[in-house]
Amino acid sequence: MADLAAAPPRAEPGWSIGWGDAGPFLALAALIAIGFLVNPDFLSANNIANVVTRSAFIAIIAIGATFVISSGGLDLSVGSMAAFITGVMILFMNWVAPSVGTAAIPLGMAVALVTGIACGLMNGAIVTLGRIEPFIATLGTMGIFRALITYMSDGGTVAIDRSLRDAYRPVYFGDVLGVPIPILVSLAVALVAAYVLYRTRYGRRCVAVGANEDVARYSGISVARVRTMAFVIQGACVAIAAICYVPRLGAATPTTGLLWELQVITAVVIGGTALRGGRGRIWGTVAGAVILEFIANLMVLSDFVSEYLVAAVQGVIIIIAMLIQRMSKR
Amino acid sequence: MNAAPVSQPVSPMGAGPGSVPVLRAERLAKAFGGVSVLSDISLDIRPGEIHAVIGENGAGKSTLMRLLSGYLRPSEGALWMDGAPIAFQGPADAQAAGIALVHQEILLAEALSVTENIFIGRELGGFGRLDERAMREAAAAQLAEVGCKVSPRARVGDISLANRQLVQIAKALLGTHRVVIFDEPTAVLTHDEVDPLLDIIVKLKQRGVAILYISHRLDEVERLADRVTVLRDGRMVGTYDAEGLTPHRMASLMVGREFASLYPARVARDIAGPVLEIAHAQVPGFVHDVSLTLHKGEILGLAGMIGAGRTELFEGLLGLRPASFGAVRLYGKPAHFASPAQAAAAGIGYLTEDRKGKGLLLGERLAPNLTLAALDRVHPLAGLDLAREGQLLERAVASYDIRLRSRDARAGQLSGGNQQKLLLAKVMLNEPSILVIDEPTRGIDIANKSQIYAFIQSLVREGRSCIVISSEMQELIGLCDRILVMRSGRINGELSGDAMTESNVALHATSSSAAHEKTSGRNAHG
Repeated sequence: MADLAAAPPRAEPGWSIGWGDAGPFLALAALIAIGFLVNPDFLSANNIANVVTRSAFIAIIAIGATFVISSGGLDLSVGSMAAFITGVMILFMNWVAPSVGTAAIPLGMAVALVTGIACGLMNGAIVTLGRIEPFIATLGTMGIFRALITYMSDGGTVAIDRSLRDAYRPVYFGDVLGVPIPILVSLAVALVAAYVLYRTRYGRRCVAVGANEDVARYSGISVARVRTMAFVIQGACVAIAAICYVPRLGAATPTTGLLWELQVITAVVIGGTALRGGRGRIWGTVAGAVILEFIANLMVLSDFVSEYLVAAVQGVIIIIAMLIQRMSKR
Repeated sequence: MNAAPVSQPVSPMGAGPGSVPVLRAERLAKAFGGVSVLSDISLDIRPGEIHAVIGENGAGKSTLMRLLSGYLRPSEGALWMDGAPIAFQGPADAQAAGIALVHQEILLAEALSVTENIFIGRELGGFGRLDERAMREAAAAQLAEVGCKVSPRARVGDISLANRQLVQIAKALLGTHRVVIFDEPTAVLTHDEVDPLLDIIVKLKQRGVAILYISHRLDEVERLADRVTVLRDGRMVGTYDAEGLTPHRMASLMVGREFASLYPARVARDIAGPVLEIAHAQVPGFVHDVSLTLHKGEILGLAGMIGAGRTELFEGLLGLRPASFGAVRLYGKPAHFASPAQAAAAGIGYLTEDRKGKGLLLGERLAPNLTLAALDRVHPLAGLDLAREGQLLERAVASYDIRLRSRDARAGQLSGGNQQKLLLAKVMLNEPSILVIDEPTRGIDIANKSQIYAFIQSLVREGRSCIVISSEMQELIGLCDRILVMRSGRINGELSGDAMTESNVALHATSSSAAHEKTSGRNAHG
């Protein structure tokens, strides 16, 4: 009986796919239209480039989060991890700058990447080897990373050495053929990520683990390895974002990356990735990150809502996005 | 509610079989979301009669029971009680009309006492105070009626499965009942525990209660029933006088043909030396010191009740749950599998009994499901070879006869039988030389069953070896060369040749007195 009751198709596959994939882009288009009506400056090339550039680091981190979430995990530590990686990277660059000069920058980037991967590995190991809920495990590491950056900066700032500042500047403020570098970096990350998630064995395993851990296990997939790998990808993405972000900030402080986890998870969810796992949408996540930044920008450009309420609006958006996901199930 | 002991017939017509029906169903039909599961069912139950309803899994027995007891409302058709039309809005209505359902599963709160369970939702007392003594006394009387010897104060979690079933019956019979529906009441009981239950049912009948008895244990039906209604694929085959209706005839009516032909003809083949030897397997809590040997080209059956430890044995072997082994030898060489992947690499495939929960990603398309267990084999590079995957799906659809509406379908949209074939194709993609199939045909229709049996037969003809775990005795008898019967985590008997009969399997599955023994008739393939 259960067979038959479960059998009737819930929705035509074509319909649900079209919606799930197009939804965030339609929302983005609608938002741009609204933005134009509210303030024509919104559509100026300058403003658009500015907004998309600023959305880039959330987009890059959220791409990593798409892997973690579609594999059935969750990473709350990304914001403080970004701050921690930034701090480690700046301290390292400042330390080697006197002896190697501007070569400190690529070395610093490598250190950032290694640190990010190590942080992700730690999160993954706690979740899989320690068998601790991802929510709790990364809540713990979130506190640890935040405390470490506060400790490293002694409660103040870890500023990049003046000798490196100008040389590093183009990584955030530069452009290639008029396209800002952070946008290019996030596009490159998204392309690679989309390939990995949709077109590799790992991507298949990642989604399978998130969809049904038992099916994955019985199919001979090492659930722990797949989950850990997702956290490692997340760590690498956070590192790439931090690398892009350093010139804009110029320093790491105890408040760097505060509440980024909210923006990141919101971007992933409005992008169409299932928060319970089993479905990942890389380009949707990118659209989600851009949507968030557009909304914040709109709040600044218009005078309807105080920009101090940006996080509140983002909080509302994630709740609404979850309600939409729930309703589109039935 | 009053708490009269076991059902008193209140019908003035309770004169015995043949009088006016208490309950009559006329052309009942039920559809879920446009899918018809039951259509055109007409039957009646008379006072003092045991009316059995038989049919295969998925034939619609449980749906019929739920319609008659108010848990479901019919899509079409009508119910009549004492000649007057009646409609139930919920189970409470049916209970008020004197219809009790004894559920197939035991639905009791383990943390509560026997008395509390019996009176749950209809406690005695008033003004916010419970009359515990009255309830306990009534519960004791009720338990005595059904021959249950546990204390009314005992916690349900502490009493045996058989006693829980009796408590459940005592609970169902609390109050005044004219119709009692038993939905496979013996499914969870061992052989010894069945008889007292059947006695209670006969006692009820003698008091003029009308009894509807659902079972797929045909020997019980033969013993008890006055009339038998056969369901098949949601339709009614007919209602028959039980007189002269043999279990064999019932089975044929259930499957719609002479059921011998459901199984492929046995072919003489060489069953060679051992391919898989398991010695002294221990799976904590499930399997105690089990040893078995599978030979090349053999179909080895593993019979037993649900919970006998059969599934857990192989989950342990594949590293899916903690287990220890005295020795595992594959083709004579020591082997150890830490994961299903290692087992697959060594040539062992395992088809789970839980295809929806552990076998397939129901929300995923067919191709990713097909290749999930063989990703490295199908896609030698890290990148996916989607063209190759598409070809493999085409091939699987053709060779396993998977019926689908569109190539874009999700696994969850396939029927149970087609899901099972997809799962089979998935496991076979690793080309196992030893296949362990757990409940190969659970919940699937006859046509698919017979295809799966034929497939298993063709596997062994190719020189592969197969272990079939099944709770359907006929299936094992029809298919296997040899049957091991497990009971409570141990192997309780081995049957082969003519000794593979339902009564032998049942005896070893349920009775500890039949200690481990080897029963062999004329060798079937020698």
